[in-house]
Amino acid sequence: MNAIINRIKPDDFPILIAGGFVVIILLAGTAYTMTVMGTAPLLTPNYLMTQLQIGAFLGIAAIGMMMVILLGHIDLSIPWTMAAAAMMATSVGGPAAIPTGLAIGLLVGLFNGFGVAYLRIPSMIFTLGVDTVLRGLMVAHTGGYAPQTEATELMRWLASGRVLGIPNALFVWAAIALIIGVVLQRTAFGRAIYATGNKEAAAYLSGIRTRWVIVGSFVVCGLCAAAAGMLLAGYSTRAYQGMGNAYLLPSIAAVVIGGTRILGGSGRLTGTVVGVILIVLLNSVLSIMQMPEAGRQIIYGTVIVGMLLVYGRNAKITS
Amino acid sequence: MRSLFATLGVSIRQNRGFYGALAMFCIIYFFYHVLHPRGFSTNVLVANANESVALAFVAMAQAIPVLIGGLDLSVGAVMTLTACIASGLLHGSPEQIVFGMVVTVLTGTAFGFFNGLVIVLGRLQPIIVTLATGAIAMGFALLVRPSPGGRVDGDLNWALTNSLREFADVYGLADGGRADWFQPVAWVPVPLIILFGVAALVWVPFRRTVTGRTLYAIGSAEGAAYMSGLPIARAKIAAFTLAGFFAGCGGLYLAIQTSTGNADIPQAGAYTLNSIASVVLGGVSLLGGIGSAIGALIGALILRVISFYFRILAIDPLLQPLVEGIVLLLAVSLGAVRALRVKNRLELFR
Repeated sequence: MNAIINRIKPDDFPILIAGGFVVIILLAGTAYTMTVMGTAPLLTPNYLMTQLQIGAFLGIAAIGMMMVILLGHIDLSIPWTMAAAAMMATSVGGPAAIPTGLAIGLLVGLFNGFGVAYLRIPSMIFTLGVDTVLRGLMVAHTGGYAPQTEATELMRWLASGRVLGIPNALFVWAAIALIIGVVLQRTAFGRAIYATGNKEAAAYLSGIRTRWVIVGSFVVCGLCAAAAGMLLAGYSTRAYQGMGNAYLLPSIAAVVIGGTRILGGSGRLTGTVVGVILIVLLNSVLSIMQMPEAGRQIIYGTVIVGMLLVYGRNAKITS
Repeated sequence: MRSLFATLGVSIRQNRGFYGALAMFCIIYFFYHVLHPRGFSTNVLVANANESVALAFVAMAQAIPVLIGGLDLSVGAVMTLTACIASGLLHGSPEQIVFGMVVTVLTGTAFGFFNGLVIVLGRLQPIIVTLATGAIAMGFALLVRPSPGGRVDGDLNWALTNSLREFADVYGLADGGRADWFQPVAWVPVPLIILFGVAALVWVPFRRTVTGRTLYAIGSAEGAAYMSGLPIARAKIAAFTLAGFFAGCGGLYLAIQTSTGNADIPQAGAYTLNSIASVVLGGVSLLGGIGSAIGALIGALILRVISFYFRILAIDPLLQPLVEGIVLLLAVSLGAVRALRVKNRLELFR
C-alpha cells in the first residue's frame, strides 16, 4: 500500500483526491435521487454531457486563470473581458464576430501584461482597475441595457450544437485544454512559466525574458476569457450585462482545488479540469437536492476549505 | 522645536504613501466643497460621512491582513453577515439595543478568529481560505435574512447618522444640544466620530503592542520574524480577528444607516474589491509590511470622494463607471514611477 502511495508524484496527489471527490459527489447524488425519485438521472450520459457543456464556459475561463496563477499573479478582469468580447462579437456580427471577440481578449491581455510586467503594479489591483474600465466602456457602449444584437450562427453552433451526441462546447474546451497542456509541458514557454512562477529573479538570471513570459500568460488568459464569453453568449443567444461575474471566484477555486499553488510555480492542467468538473457537479447535485442558496454557499465554502486542508498545506516557515 | 520637525521628517520619509494619500484626500475634498453649490456645510459633510463609513471600516479590515502579506476576500461577506444580524436585533429597550450591537460585533470578530485559526493551523494561503469562508459567511447571511428587511430603532438611526447636535437632541445631552460650550463641536458628524474613535481606540494601541509590531515583521520577512522569536501564529490570528472586528463594525453601521439587512452577494463582492482598491490608494503595500489601517481609511475616503464628484460635475451617468476605472488605474499607476526609476532590475523581483 505504501509503495503505491510513494509512487504517486506529489503533483498528482491533488488530482487523485479531487477525482475521488467527484466520484463521491456522483454517488451521493445518485443515492439521493434513488431514495427520493427512484431513478438515477445523474449517471445517464445525456445528463453528464449537459453538465459538462455548462462546465465548458467555466473550464475555459479557468484554464486562462491557471496560466496567470502559475506565475503567482491573478487576473480579476476575467468577468468583463468575457462580457466585452461577447458584446463586441455580437454587435459586429457576421464572419468577423469571433475574430473581433478574440482581438478584445488579446488587447486586454496585452494591457494587463504591460501593467504587471513593465509597470510592476500588483496584478491584483491592476486587473481590478482594467475590469472597472472595461465595465465602463461596455456600459457606455450599450447604454447600460442588454445589447439587442444576437449571437451569430457559428457562435450558437459552437456553444449549443452537438456532433455525434457530444456538445460542441466540450470539443472547444478539450481543444483549448489540449493546446495549453502541450504548451505547458512541452514548450520552452511553458517551462519558462513554471520557472518564473517559482522565483522570478532566478528565472531572469538564467536568461528567461520574464517580462515577455508574464505578458504572454496574460494574453493567453485574455484569449481564454474572450472565448468563454463568446461561447456563453452563443449558449444564451445574446450577450448581457454582468454575464461574466459568476465566473471569477469559481475559476480561482477550480484552479486551486486542482492543486495549483496560489503563489505560483506548480500545478497541472489536468488538475484544473478536474477542479472545474468537481465544482460543476457539486452545483448540479445541490440543485437536484433543491438545496437553498444559503446551504449551497456554506457547502461550497466548506468543500474548498476541506480539500485544501487535505493537500494544500504549506511548509512551515522556519528560516 | 527642531527635533519635532526632524521627527516629522522621518515620519514622512517612512510613510510616503500615507502622507501622499492624506494630501490627495485633502486637496480633492477641498475642491469638492468649493465646487459644491452648498459646500462647506454640515449637511454635505454629514451626507458624505454616512456614505463613507461602511467602506472605511471594511478598508481597515482589509488593511490588517494585507500588512502580513495576505489578503482577506471575506471582508465584504462578513460585513453583509453582520449587517443582516444587526438588522434583526437593533430595536426594543436600550439594553436590548446594546446587546444587539455587542452580538453583531462579536459575530464579526468570531468569524475573523475562525479565518485566522484555519489559516494558521491549516497552514493555508489566506486569499483562498477567505474566498471559501466568504462563501460560508454569505450562506449564513442568507440563512439569517433570506429576503431584504429588518427593523432598526428610529432614534438610533437618526442619532448616529447626523451631526452631534442631533445626537444630543435625541438623547437629551448638553441641554438637547443647545448648551453654549457644546456649539463649537455641534457640527461634527457622528459617523466620523465613530469611525475615527474606533480606529484610535483599537488600531493605534494595537499597533504599539508586540503582536502589532509582529504584523509588520511578518509582512517584511516572515522567516526573519520567526528567527527573532516573534509570536507569528498569535499575530496572524490576531490580524484576521481584527479584520473580522472591523468588518463587523462596518456591518453594524451599515445596518443602522440603512435600517435594513440585505444578503446581497454582488454587493458583498463590490465591498471586498473596493476595500482592496482603498488599501492600495491609502499607501498600504500589497506585498505586506508597509502601511497602516488609518491609511486604508483615508484610501476609502478618497475612493468615495471620487464618486461624489460625479454628482456635482454632471458627468453622463453612462460614463461614470469608465471615469471611475480610469481614475483608479491612474492612481495605482503612480506607484509605477518607482519601477521605472530603479537601476538594478533584480530589485523589482519579489
